[in-house]
Amino acid sequence: MERTPQQHNLVLILARAFAAQLATAVFLLDPEGTIIYYNEAAERLTGRPFIEGAGSTADEWLSRTQPRDEEGIEVGVQDLPLGTTMLKQEPAYGIVTFRTADGEDRRVETATFPLFAHTEDFVGSFSVVWPIEEDRP
Amino acid sequence: MKGRIWGSRGSIASPGEDTKRYGGNTSCIELRPPDCDVVILDAGTGIRELGVRLVREGAQRMFLLLTHLHVDHLEGLGMFEPIWRKETELHIWGPSSPVASLEQRIATYFSPPLFPVHLSEVPATIEYHDASESEWQIDGARFSSNAIIHPGPTVGYRIESKGRVLAYLTDHEPALGANLATDPPDWISGFALAHRADLLIHDCQYTPQEYEDRPGFGHSTTEHVARFAEKAEVDRLVLFHHDPMHPDDQLDAMREDVVARWGVDDDRCISAAEGAEIVV
Repeated sequence: MERTPQQHNLVLILARAFAAQLATAVFLLDPEGTIIYYNEAAERLTGRPFIEGAGSTADEWLSRTQPRDEEGIEVGVQDLPLGTTMLKQEPAYGIVTFRTADGEDRRVETATFPLFAHTEDFVGSFSVVWPIEEDRP
Repeated sequence: MKGRIWGSRGSIASPGEDTKRYGGNTSCIELRPPDCDVVILDAGTGIRELGVRLVREGAQRMFLLLTHLHVDHLEGLGMFEPIWRKETELHIWGPSSPVASLEQRIATYFSPPLFPVHLSEVPATIEYHDASESEWQIDGARFSSNAIIHPGPTVGYRIESKGRVLAYLTDHEPALGANLATDPPDWISGFALAHRADLLIHDCQYTPQEYEDRPGFGHSTTEHVARFAEKAEVDRLVLFHHDPMHPDDQLDAMREDVVARWGVDDDRCISAAEGAEIVV
């Protein structure tokens, strides 16, 4: 019997469909922290087309974007909102500065929350990223 | 695998002159996988007549797979004769919700004031199984279920037996927020369940024109189902969950539309008709 293909959980499918309609930057990560989707607004914000970032682990993504805290100190995954959500399965909020693909630094607010399927399985993280007003074009 | 359609209508039973050929009973399909007791897909009004047949046969062990608990998929259960016999062993699969078990959810309908008798008073032995996302085996058949896009907890089923596969995805709107032609398959609701099925039974409630006012209602159009069948590479397709406002002639036209859009031979797509035999 042929093996059936793998499929994303319906909660992720709906989250992706929702994010695809938003003008706000959204990143969708699986439970291990792999980037499985980001929308056009996130592409614009980071300067990186999804095809370039798809499948990146959180660590790989961080090495490209070099996130720093308000004091300008580089932070690791565990110190970022998405790290908190990934590791503790809790919502988290923070302000970080990251480097875009064209080398610019951009300050953003980010709110991340865990996605639970109704069987209470942790299926991923939904991260909304908002450029801070003074930095917006 | 063989089976029979006992109800193919969606939303509400709609008997009458205009619906005589395809029937007016709501969703119910009987399935007979080899080496397995009878499997029933959904408990719409069509299940009443099936129940009469099963009692006559002397069937005692049976499996009911509910896709969800909207009334048109549950309303026949109270008139399903086997549950009123204490020798019946009924296993029900269906989706729980974040706040209630499958049994509690069924009891919401199966209790006063909506029904005169409470579910707990039914003489048959009933076992409830959460089918939100699972795989299981019964005798010679393998079952899998997964959540699909429809308002409220809803699942589709894939049933495999002797190398043949039937997929049942009624009440399904995979096109909601998705492009069925271009999106990767793993991002399309129901894809894994339907993938390369020998027979796919799928929602086809609307015409594309009707859908313009009904996105999010949880149903598919002729265009959606054609794209979905093509994407999932199914062999044959049965159009199901007919809109109660669609007369027989319109269902004929909708089937022709699906065949044209899918671009396959005419005999690979039929419209579900009450009483029709299914062979997988």
